[in-house]
Amino acid sequence: MAVDEATVRRIARLARISVSDDEAKALQGELSTILDWVEQLNEVDVEGVEPMTSVVEVSMKMRDDVVADGECPDEVTANAPAKEDHFFMVPKVVE
Amino acid sequence: MSDLTELNLAEARDGLKTKAFSAREITDAYLSAIDASNPALNAYISVTHDQARAMADASDEKLAKGEGGTLEGIPLGIKDLFATKGVHTQACSHILDGFQPPYESTVTSNLWRDGAVMLGKLNMDEFAMGSSNETSYYGNVVNPWRRSGGDNAALVPGGSSGGSATATSAHLCVAATGTDTGGSIRQPAAFTGLVGIKPTYGRCSRWGIVAFASSLDQAGPLSRTVRDSAIMLGSMASHDPKDTTSVDLPVPDYEAAVGRDVRGLKVGIPKEYRLDGMPGEIETLWQQGVEWLKQAGAEIVEVSLPYTKYALPSYYIVAPAEASSNLARYDGVRYGLRVPDDDVITMYEKTRSEGFGPEVKRRVMIGTYVLSAGYYDAYYLKAQKIRTLIKRDFEKAFADVDVLLTPTSPNAAFAPGEITDPVTMYLNDIFTVTVNMAGLPGISVPAGLDGRGLPLGLQLIGKAFDEETLFRTAGVLEESAGFTARPEKWW
Repeated sequence: MAVDEATVRRIARLARISVSDDEAKALQGELSTILDWVEQLNEVDVEGVEPMTSVVEVSMKMRDDVVADGECPDEVTANAPAKEDHFFMVPKVVE
Repeated sequence: MSDLTELNLAEARDGLKTKAFSAREITDAYLSAIDASNPALNAYISVTHDQARAMADASDEKLAKGEGGTLEGIPLGIKDLFATKGVHTQACSHILDGFQPPYESTVTSNLWRDGAVMLGKLNMDEFAMGSSNETSYYGNVVNPWRRSGGDNAALVPGGSSGGSATATSAHLCVAATGTDTGGSIRQPAAFTGLVGIKPTYGRCSRWGIVAFASSLDQAGPLSRTVRDSAIMLGSMASHDPKDTTSVDLPVPDYEAAVGRDVRGLKVGIPKEYRLDGMPGEIETLWQQGVEWLKQAGAEIVEVSLPYTKYALPSYYIVAPAEASSNLARYDGVRYGLRVPDDDVITMYEKTRSEGFGPEVKRRVMIGTYVLSAGYYDAYYLKAQKIRTLIKRDFEKAFADVDVLLTPTSPNAAFAPGEITDPVTMYLNDIFTVTVNMAGLPGISVPAGLDGRGLPLGLQLIGKAFDEETLFRTAGVLEESAGFTARPEKWW
């Protein structure tokens, strides 16, 4: 499975990672190698096999629908790169 | 007094209880060792001197009153993946610059509840993505072991828990926490002559551990003896309502399993683990392990795990897919690094480009690709189906045997820069990754040295939640191997 540069750029955009021209070229080769290698899975017949959803047999647990944590805006915003009055500050999103 | 850093965990615990020395004394001994040795080994990326001494003093107060938990006064190193309140927690990534969580992970909370002392945070591959500790933002960790015959080249400690391995092996902590997504506890343990166990998925809470691949990640200890790992896991494991995948099962007395014999135990040897081109000394060591268990009264049975060869390629779909989703949160808004721009999307893209290292970018990109429209069924869904087949392989084998014996890794420690091709690096996890894919417990035990004097490990794989059989069998291997080799102190 060879990946072209346009695909690398599309994936980078989806992953929200900017890539330089050099990086895009390098990634093209690396991603192709990895995807080529996983191609061997095509040999496996998975007809009728259920995909794994839980690796150990456990039933989904429920808890009471009550507030168990919160009311700590100082802590929530403590590590923010930019904040004001307990709000995370970002560049203008809507004109 | 003799050097307190020489003691293993069980010895230190007993010495503290009989007041042969204080928690403050052993903590200070470790802090001095770290200050002297860390510049050469780069195992710690943050040393918490003041906190360690305060915790040790608190332990001494309890010990003086004859109180204290199972780890009272024991100085430990903590992998940087565990959230530690108010202390450096960055998964050794640039993108989490300056992050200090206002909360504590469940696993470390359990350790502190039982009286352990935190020495600091340990180096690791960035976001636990790596098998050699060469992807950390804080630089490579150096293995205390070197090849014999005057070859002074630095070697990798394995990864991703490379700092945990080096620190424990070089006696810069009594034992350490690690995490294992595809072999990240067991492979570095093997590379540094240590014991390391990845417990069953769900045995330890993942709450407060920076997520890599949520369906595969598990925490576990690295230590110098099997008994020490049993004591550590007994404290780390718990049921936690904050992690819905943690299991509500009582934690057995793992330490009591160490020392039990293996007479009548059925040990499976999976024939698919005999790889073409595997070094002869790995094969020889494996055979030696078989002989040891036979002599101890175990019955050896050949078993087949036919889907073994597909575990690694399907892992490299599942793990990056889950990682791309988990790492979406690092966008420069709520914590860590932000590379500013007037446009919010460009800010995300620049932040993630500068904040993630090459291996992390590669895996996030692969994960994004296999989850993207039109590819989901062909890659992710298919890989999850193969995972079902891998798990069935083990279920069939465990209908006939109690435990499996395999090598831990296909080679001993290598030099940094020696493996540059990502796929070749991924092959280091070939014996360990199947265990994560099936959610089973696996332990690595140091079993011998290769021709160049480097440690090699044997792996035992158990049934789900049967860590006791692993500790019991590992104890017998440890006893038979009599592994006492130590790296010559050059650092």
